[in-house]
Formats: sequence, C-alpha cells, structure tokens
Amino acid sequence: MPGRRGLIAAASLLGLALLWAWATSPFGPVSPERFPSPPLVGAAFLQIATTGFAGATLPRQVLTSLGLVIEGFLVAASSGTALGLAMGWNRRFAAFVNPVFQLLRPIPPLAWIPLVILWLGLGNAAKVLVIWFAAFVPAVINAETGVREIPGALLEAARMLGTPRHRLLVEVVVPAAAPMIFTGLRLCLQATWTTLVAAELVGSFYGLGHVLSEAQQDIYPGMIFVGMAAIGVCGWLTTAVLGWVERRLLGWHASARPAHA
Amino acid sequence: MPERASPSIGLAAALGLAGLAVFFAVWAGAGVLGLVSATFLPGPLTVLGELLHLLTHPYAGATLPQHLAASLQRYGGGVVLAVIVGLPLGLAMGWFRPLDAVVSPIFDGLRFVPPIAWVPFAALWFGTGAGGPVLIIFTGAFPPVLIGTYRGARMIEPALIEAARMLGTSNRRMLTEILLPGAVPSIVAGLRVAAGLGWQSLIGAELIVVSSGIGYMMVQGEAAVATSTVMAGIIAVGLVGTAIDLLLRAAERAVRRRYGLVGGGR
Repeated sequence: MPGRRGLIAAASLLGLALLWAWATSPFGPVSPERFPSPPLVGAAFLQIATTGFAGATLPRQVLTSLGLVIEGFLVAASSGTALGLAMGWNRRFAAFVNPVFQLLRPIPPLAWIPLVILWLGLGNAAKVLVIWFAAFVPAVINAETGVREIPGALLEAARMLGTPRHRLLVEVVVPAAAPMIFTGLRLCLQATWTTLVAAELVGSFYGLGHVLSEAQQDIYPGMIFVGMAAIGVCGWLTTAVLGWVERRLLGWHASARPAHA
Repeated sequence: MPERASPSIGLAAALGLAGLAVFFAVWAGAGVLGLVSATFLPGPLTVLGELLHLLTHPYAGATLPQHLAASLQRYGGGVVLAVIVGLPLGLAMGWFRPLDAVVSPIFDGLRFVPPIAWVPFAALWFGTGAGGPVLIIFTGAFPPVLIGTYRGARMIEPALIEAARMLGTSNRRMLTEILLPGAVPSIVAGLRVAAGLGWQSLIGAELIVVSSGIGYMMVQGEAAVATSTVMAGIIAVGLVGTAIDLLLRAAERAVRRRYGLVGGGR
C-alpha cells in the first residue's frame, strides 16, 4: 500500500527531526558547537538569505554553482555523447581512441583539481575543465554501449528500406541508444555536482562550495548545514529536471520508467 | 551504418598504437615546440622521471610509497566501516520491510549531498586527524554497499524464504544460510562501486583536510608550481585505483563461480 508507506516515510522524517531537535537541545548529548540545533540552522539561513555570507547572499551563491553545473554538464555531456556515438558507430575509430581513453579513465576526477588549478587558476574556466574531466567518461561509455547494443534487426530493416546515412543516425541510432545515453547523463550529472563542490571547496570566490569552506574556517556549524542542504536541494532539482526531460523524450520507449539513479 | 564487425586484432592493435602515439606526441610536442610552457606541461619523460624520483626521495615530508601507505590506511578504515554498517543494514532492510520504509526516506534525502560536502563537518569533528578522511570515504562508500546488499536481499526468491521458514529455520540460520549467500553477487557488485567511489572521495578529502597522503602531496606540488609532481601524483592515484579495481574484479569472478552465476545476471 503506497499510502501506508508514505505515512511511514513522513513519520520517519518527523522522528528524525524530533531526534535532531532533542539531541542538540540543552538536554541532549550533542553540543551545538559540534552539530547545529534547528534554531541555529534557521539563524544561519536567515543571515545568508538577507545579509549574505562568504561574499554574497544565498541566491547569488546558488546561481553561481548552478550556472557552473549547467555549463559543465552541457559541455561534458554533449562532447562525451558525441564521442561515444562515434566510437559505437565506427569500430576502427573506437580502436584508435580506446587505449588513450582507458589510460585516462582510471584517474579519479578529483585528482585533476590541483593540475587544473595550476593551469587555469581558481576561476570559472578551471571549474568547467575539472567537471569535463569527471563527467565526460560516463557519457562516452554509455553512448558507445548504447549504439553497440542496438538490435541488428533494427539496423538491417532501416538499411533494407534504403534509409540514407544521416537519417539513419538521427532517426534510428540516436533514438535506439537514447535510454543508455540517459543512464550516462544521470551519472554525468552526479559527477558534475561532486566535482564542482570539491573544486569550490579547494578554491573559489563564490558558490556553495565556497560557502562551505568559509563556514568551515569560521567554525560556523549552522552555516555548514545550510550549505550542505542547499547543495542537496540543488542536486535533487537538477536530477528531477533531467528525469523530466528523459520522460518527455523517451515516453515512447518501452523502458521508459520513473528515473531512479 | 554502424559497423557490426570489429576490426581484425592486428588492425585494432595498430590503430590503438597509433592513437597512443598521437596522444604522447601531442603531449611531448606541446612543450618542445613551445606552445605551452614546460613549467605547466612537462613532457611524459619528465613526469616519468619525477615519478621514479618520488619513489625514493621524500616530497612534502614523505616518499611516494609512504604517502600512498598513509592514504591506503585511511581508505581501508573508511571502506571497512562502510561495510560494517552498510551490509547488516542493507540485509535487514531487504528482509524486514518496515525498516526499509523507515530508513529509505532518510537515505533518499541524503543521497543528493555529495560525500565531499561532508568535509567541513569532518574537519569540525576530527580536526586534521585520521577520523576526517575516514568519514568522507565512509559517506562515499556507504551508499553503494547499502544499495547492493539491499538489492541482493530483495532478489532472493520469496519461495526460498517461505520454504526455509516453513521448515522452521531459525533467524540466525536464515541470515547466514539463505539471505547472505543469495545476496552475495549483488553485494560484491556494490562493493566494487563502493571501492571506486571511496578512493575518489579519499583523494578529494586529502586535497582539503589532511597533512599527509597522496592528495596532500599533490596540493603541496600545486602550491609550489611543481607540475611534474602533481602529474606524477595523478598517475600514482590512477594506478592504485586500477589495482584496487582489478583485485575486486577478480574477487567478483571468484564469487560468481562459487555461486554458479558465471555469465548470468548483471
């Protein structure tokens, strides 16, 4: 029964909130200097929403991070999907690219951060490049797999009907590979957020990661909590948008189902 | 028309070598031709030389093997902790539905916070001690362990559980003889993902909070504009990550053979 499950979920979250309020209250075991109490979080939220923190108010910090996430995601997702499609389409091209790709792939995305800072400093270009290193890989792998797993009969039928090459790509290959491509894009988006937050924590002038690092230096637990919550909400929001796009585009597909990363 | 047939092994090898040759030629050539300053893009040989140099000569307080040992120690701590907490919780959630209903919403709420965002609290709670990175690795490795175990436990044939229950199997034997073996392939798959994400989180954490380890070495290299040291660090991180993944792949194959799942399932 979904209704009952929803009720339990609500009760569970309410229970957690009550536990939090009690544990950080004067009667609880947790010192508010270690983990902020609800009123302290509220105060921190009010401060960043009205007067601002770490150089700007909350909307400005959110927009900075969100803008970079969207920019980095679009660059990495489009270039990665294009390369993956090309690798799936042409096996000789795949054989040419694959060794280099396999050489660079095991490097954890966050390990690029120091190098990219050396190259490009702390600005937006550096953030986008680090995101590209991180989010490019899943887009490539899934697009390539998507093309490779297209049923042979589908391609045979299209060829028999005399479909020209460019229409084959746009009307058969890309749609058939689309569910796998979207799986890649979801991983891509996740990688984008992780890398951006890490890059902003290491060094930046604005953004939610910058809020976190300033709050850390000021030993301001309430603001750390607000920063984390803002990142979580933004991550959830972008994932929801991607899921909505997927459902709109893939409504026709048998595998279309609610996104569940 | 997408090609169905792969190129012959000889052709594929030749193309692959050509690809690698282009990659290294561009890397080396950019410095030689003066397109990029060698300070910012040292050639492949310089980086390899630096990597070998770091094996025996300390940088930022320790040699490369010592930095890696410090990193691996934290890594082991975080991953083991994730398994200790995630495995029983995942099994219990898969088996005992009310617990699932209670834990899932909390878990879903935390899912969108990247592990690296825990760094400020890690620093607040543990300072620069070992606990901080361990917490970050834990937050990275815990979700895949939990999800893998939960899926594994849910995938077990209900008939099997019914039969065992009907035959009066005790809770303890139900856990050790039905649930655990049935869930093992999915658990191992989750562990592999966890190992990768944990390693990634460790590097992130070390860039920010600690004063030893491979990530710290790279940050020091960055501050000193020692690009070859940073690049040597990247290579070392990639190699260790690959080694960890290869080990777990071998473990996964062994487990699949042991439970007669070769080639089947996902």
